[in-house]
Amino acid sequence: MTMSKLTATPGQTVGPFYGYALPYEKDRELLAPGSPGSIRLQGTVFDGAGHPIPDAILEIWQPDADGNIVRRTGSLVRDGYTFTGFGRSAVGNTGVYTFTTVNPGPTEPGAAAFISVAVFARGLMNRLFTRVYLPEDQEALAKDPLLSSLDPERRKTLIARRDADGGLTWDIRLQGDGETVFLDFEGTGTEGASQ
Amino acid sequence: MPDDVNLATYNADALTEDLSDAAPAASGTAPQAVPAEVPRVETQQDLSAEIKALGDAYARALKDGAPKETQPRLDFAPYRSSILRHPTKSLHHADPETIELHSPAFGHQDVHALESDLTIQHNGEPQGERIIVAGRVLDGDGRPVAGQLVEIWQANSSGRYIHKRDQHPAPLDPNFTGVGRCITGPDGSYRFTTIKPGAYPWKNHLNAWRPAHIHFSLFGTEFTQRIITQMYFPGDQLFPLDPIYQSIVDQDARDRLVATYDHDLTQPEWALGYNWDIVLTGSKRTWTENEALGAEGDDHE
Repeated sequence: MTMSKLTATPGQTVGPFYGYALPYEKDRELLAPGSPGSIRLQGTVFDGAGHPIPDAILEIWQPDADGNIVRRTGSLVRDGYTFTGFGRSAVGNTGVYTFTTVNPGPTEPGAAAFISVAVFARGLMNRLFTRVYLPEDQEALAKDPLLSSLDPERRKTLIARRDADGGLTWDIRLQGDGETVFLDFEGTGTEGASQ
Repeated sequence: MPDDVNLATYNADALTEDLSDAAPAASGTAPQAVPAEVPRVETQQDLSAEIKALGDAYARALKDGAPKETQPRLDFAPYRSSILRHPTKSLHHADPETIELHSPAFGHQDVHALESDLTIQHNGEPQGERIIVAGRVLDGDGRPVAGQLVEIWQANSSGRYIHKRDQHPAPLDPNFTGVGRCITGPDGSYRFTTIKPGAYPWKNHLNAWRPAHIHFSLFGTEFTQRIITQMYFPGDQLFPLDPIYQSIVDQDARDRLVATYDHDLTQPEWALGYNWDIVLTGSKRTWTENEALGAEGDDHE
């Protein structure tokens, strides 16, 4: 890891009024819904009282179905054909977000396939990073460096459920029972949750 | 740009004012008219005392050798909406892997050059003080973040957001939406022309006002560098009173969110200039020579 020389600018909450700024047309459609290979990724964002949060916004960033990291522009103005790997979905009144995407492929042979997620919300002081893993490849999940470093109870929070129609369901709990595992990539401890 | 605002999306969400569950809805009702059984309205003094206690505790911890904090506390009770929305478990340390070491690519297909001027989105001139906000986006090693997306949004000059749930009885400006985007240059530079936003009243507590601010959303060359933050203006008297700004308990860290007035950026008889550089977290990936030269993220199709 490179030693940082400059101190990062602090984050701040996304606030309540991103709704006319961050969403854009087809923001949650990495693929056109119903197109071959497309799946639904859906879930609810909950607060510490177990209530859905109606003012959160999520971003996903993922490899394509073959595990390639795509380097194509066009996430903000989708041409309908190019898979860019990036999507953004504000939740609705009931705290539900929805993406149309593909099952990500493993980026290395035998690796567990996952989607990288950033979570923003009113009342959330800084963005949170997490991952959502595909549930199928038990062998890959078992040897995943992140998952194997977690207690079984916490590990579950990062693995999506496969629905009968092929979609994925994955809820996010910001606090409390079943609190989602959120990630610190800096290793400095300066982004700790509770002081 | 205003024609591009997706009203279906924007009107479909259920955003509410920043409103503590404890605070009554502001309706112009004088505090003395609140019935006695309603919990006492929290005042600025109450909140300022809480903020001061947390600041004092941090100062003592620093003295005792605790490390300086550089980011906001996720758990900062004076911002009432954070109470149920912060993780109580420590963030789990992880080494970023594969996809996390790269970032989505944005380019000129995504953003038109005119989107960086928030004053030309309608037929007329917006009200207020025209300003230029410019600076550079750097990573933690001081490398420019080239060809990446910067998004901003803000209130108008009277402190009103165009959002439908903003009920602040200040005028909307038909010539100002308050949304802009740009792609950083090869040297990491960005530049917006806009209107200085007004202070904004909210309902965290009685007589709560946000310092004037512009929301900034930034991408780095790695997804782990993703950040959304707020830029403030120098000398704002509301800084000590604001629970969101004060959620960063370290003064040096807070100062990093405050732009500098820059007379070299100011244009004669046109606009005042503010400079604000943004530093993302350090890069975790081994860079290729092309990337180090700033080629990444540009349109390369």
